Amino acid sequence: MTRLMRIPFAVEALLIALLVIAFFAFPYNLAFVTRILIMVLFVLSIDLVLGFAGIATLGQAALYGTGAYAAGLFAVHVTAAPLPGLLIGMVAGAALAFLSGLVLLRTKGLTLIMLTIAVAQICQEVANKARDVTGGADGLRGIRMEPVLGLFEFDFIGITAYWYVAIVVFIVFLALKRLAAAPLGLSLRGIHESPERMLAIGAPVYRRQVLAYTLGGGIAGIAGALAAQVTQLVSLEVYSFTLSAEALIMLILGGTGRLWGAIVGVVLFMTVHHVAASADPYNWLFFIGFMVLGVVFFLPGGMIRLPQALLRLGRQR
Amino acid sequence: MSLFLNILIDGVAYGMILFMISVGLSVTMGLMRVINLAHGGFAMVGGVVAHVLMSEAGIGYVPAALLGIVATVALAWPLERLIYRRIYGFGDLQQVLATIGLTFLMIATVNRLQGSSLLALPLPTVLAQSVDLGFRTLPLHRVIVIGVGAVVIVGLWLLIERTRFGIKLRAAVDNRATAGAIGINTGLIYTATFCLGAGLAALGGILGAEMLPIEAYYPLRYMVLFLVVVAVGGMGSIGRSFLAALGLGLIETASRYLVPEFGTIFYFACIILFLALRPKGLWGRLA
Repeated sequence: MTRLMRIPFAVEALLIALLVIAFFAFPYNLAFVTRILIMVLFVLSIDLVLGFAGIATLGQAALYGTGAYAAGLFAVHVTAAPLPGLLIGMVAGAALAFLSGLVLLRTKGLTLIMLTIAVAQICQEVANKARDVTGGADGLRGIRMEPVLGLFEFDFIGITAYWYVAIVVFIVFLALKRLAAAPLGLSLRGIHESPERMLAIGAPVYRRQVLAYTLGGGIAGIAGALAAQVTQLVSLEVYSFTLSAEALIMLILGGTGRLWGAIVGVVLFMTVHHVAASADPYNWLFFIGFMVLGVVFFLPGGMIRLPQALLRLGRQR
Repeated sequence: MSLFLNILIDGVAYGMILFMISVGLSVTMGLMRVINLAHGGFAMVGGVVAHVLMSEAGIGYVPAALLGIVATVALAWPLERLIYRRIYGFGDLQQVLATIGLTFLMIATVNRLQGSSLLALPLPTVLAQSVDLGFRTLPLHRVIVIGVGAVVIVGLWLLIERTRFGIKLRAAVDNRATAGAIGINTGLIYTATFCLGAGLAALGGILGAEMLPIEAYYPLRYMVLFLVVVAVGGMGSIGRSFLAALGLGLIETASRYLVPEFGTIFYFACIILFLALRPKGLWGRLA
């Protein structure tokens, strides 16, 4: 991977190649591949918050869901043009992340984890109670999207939706890659490794963490907005704990702190889910449970470390 | 006045339930430094076993409850030995994931065996009555919950403050390595404490089934409620957990009575506000 990084635009080319291959390889499953891409975006947002800045969160769904409701309501009440809706979703996610982050990030450890869960639960409760606005448990219906940029109509097979989502994910991925190499990204890594030392060398730890959380919220908001626009439905499930937990599991499965880890983890998890859930939906939870325990115990670095782990095993022999 | 009394009785009873379920969480967190998100699962297991015994074997409420607690401890013991022991050394995130994995497994098991509907724990007619206190009547169940809670807190206090086990436990909480070095079998203390916590959670789950109904998704649904007690009360202290649970029970009950439409929102808003002002809990000793 490191050798690959040295070739100019290798990552970009690889990503585009993957997106094109996926498009032609699964013509009948485009909706599913689109869902995977949206999930990649969501998990990337957790990677920024947790993998880079080291903020343990189990409530990222709060930001995703807020982005989804914001984009959905915007499409119903203001304009059905997709791109402004995306922007609104991003702003909504970032705004909630900023406001809640100001409070959450004063705490750490268990309290932090618990508060992130609590924020998502409050959001769910608010959305449930505000039935007139959100549709409550019935979900927000009546989202009809206009063509992207006025040119590309959302079609029945999902071709437009796929490329729309793919391009957004591609742009965000590149932005995050830049961020990871930029001073801000390095500073966040430093905070992750040792907040005390970063404080000692004069880094404003709390402000940086709030900033990272806000950026993560913006990305989660985009993911939520995409989901709302593509599926044309927003339900209370967007705030569910299971969504946050599963996304976290995907990230750990792939490997934290590396952008590729998010992609590997999501693709693996969603594919297994797709296969296992269609074969035996009843026992899916068993499957995740065992999978999580397996990763935590045997592959703490995630799947992205699997080659290295195997190599090490081989060398030991 | 009557409203105030209702809030007081229900709130204290609810606080007792929260205390019984969360105290094990607080102590294991103080002792083993493990974030156990699966703790609510023990309350559920107790409730489910009691439900099955009552509905299918026709056993009475009290023996079923006792057997439910025994079964939970019997489950917690090998879990601690085989799984949790290996989690203690992990980082926060790994612990969270491993215990989420366990939670999912518990949910899936109950879901498979009993389905996802509510599992009723019908009170025997003796307990479902009301007691007349002269100036007003109270549901007997609430009185019993409060009584059992009081017994539990006194028992725990005696256990911790007045027995050899308590001395060793406190030593291990304060400094695990030193406690081990002076010959305390910390492994045994861990197992015993973990099982005690699980057993109390089962007791709380069974007694509290009126307020927190037993079902497959119980551990996820009420996870935050139990975590809040630890976050507010701090970990490793029984007295503080008790005060935190009681306070939270009263606030929750009051918000449900006074603003029924927005009870949950109001309750969580209170907690977030509180933790924003006192991020380290009531006593500021959260490590």
